[in-house]
Amino acid sequence: MSTQIKERDTETESESSEESEHQTRRLSEKRERADMKERADNDLSEHDETVRLKVFRYDPEVEGKKDPRFDTFEVPFTKGMTVLDALIYARDHFDSSLTFRHSCRQAVCGSDALFVNGRQRLGCKTQMVDLEWPVRIEPLPHADVVKDLIVDMEHFYDQMESVEPYFQTNELPSGEEQRQSRENREKVKMSTRCIWCSACMSSCNVAAGDNEYLGPAAINKAYRFAMDEREGEDMKAHRLNIIEQEHGVWRCQTQFSCTEVCPKDIPLTEHIQELKREAVKSNLKFW
Amino acid sequence: MSQSYDRGLIEDFGRWKEFSAGMWAWIFHKFTGWVLIGYLFTHVAVLSSATVSGEVYTQTLQSLESLLVVRVLEVGLLAVAAFHILNGIRLLFVDLGIGLEAQDKAFYAAMVATGVITIASIPTFLGGI
Ligand code: SF4
Ligand code: FES
Repeated sequence: MSTQIKERDTETESESSEESEHQTRRLSEKRERADMKERADNDLSEHDETVRLKVFRYDPEVEGKKDPRFDTFEVPFTKGMTVLDALIYARDHFDSSLTFRHSCRQAVCGSDALFVNGRQRLGCKTQMVDLEWPVRIEPLPHADVVKDLIVDMEHFYDQMESVEPYFQTNELPSGEEQRQSRENREKVKMSTRCIWCSACMSSCNVAAGDNEYLGPAAINKAYRFAMDEREGEDMKAHRLNIIEQEHGVWRCQTQFSCTEVCPKDIPLTEHIQELKREAVKSNLKFW
Repeated sequence: MSQSYDRGLIEDFGRWKEFSAGMWAWIFHKFTGWVLIGYLFTHVAVLSSATVSGEVYTQTLQSLESLLVVRVLEVGLLAVAAFHILNGIRLLFVDLGIGLEAQDKAFYAAMVATGVITIASIPTFLGGI
């Protein structure tokens, strides 16, 4: 403690010492923060509309932040503002420790699935005007929270990997190209759109109760390849084998929760149901 | 991975206001299913009084039917059975992959039909008590 005070003394005195470098940086950072704050104040007074965000906060590594709590941020509303925009504003102007994932800002990368006003949504795809204010933002349910709005996605990725989410076949055509018919492409079209955001997995009560359940996204991924005619008969049998295992398609209880929340509008339940029928058809032979 | 925070069951049932149609259908179907199983046991218990003698059976039924609670419970049982049947049909279509886009409307229809059947049955069940 005493050293710190001494440091501060020397800092103000010696301009050319090493500490002054530190200090200038610190001061400029401080100024920057003050600027930000000022700009935020300006913004807030200029805009007649502000959105109140209630954001879930939790940081197990910092003493005093170990207990989960909600922080409130007052953010100036701008036309076309998304939930992600508001979070970015809050982070940049009020609390730089506010942590959340984002990258593309256009519903492509799938990194910002959040629990907004009690529903799984993509932060960047959700317009503020479509929500009830104040807006409550939490990390995805049914997943371990690592920090603030960040959840551990490892389990979800494991499930995705387990269905072998890549094209594979032992039936190579003689020509050079491996063509897909238009109809077949149409059939798998929706299922190819998954961005691995995990919103569906988070919304599913069955997945919450059974950790081994593949989950909607993984089954949809399996659908995408099982229905792809280019993979051939053998591969389809192999795929159906994975799908109809104990914790596969039969765990689905058609709650439609996943279909409801999927930001890419993939008819997940429909795909799962179709795979169920495929599985039955491949096992039942009446001749 | 660092420590993580488990938000517990509250995150499921604490947000019941936000449940969608499919979710409600799922919950009601489970609930009515369990009620029907429970009823099956009481049903067997009452029926088994017939193994003693015909009169005992008649007596048991008569004394049961004279109770208002039993009559009200019967209305409830009908409601539960009606919903379970109607939603069962809905699930059948879901399994066949027919009309999945209308599954929520089918649920609401099942609810309304259950309501109508239940109300219509009240005079029958509660009459003459
Ligand atoms: S299926 Fe939809 S909700 Fe699920 S991970 Fe893919 S994009 Fe997200
Ligand atoms: S930021 Fe990429 S999906 Fe939202």
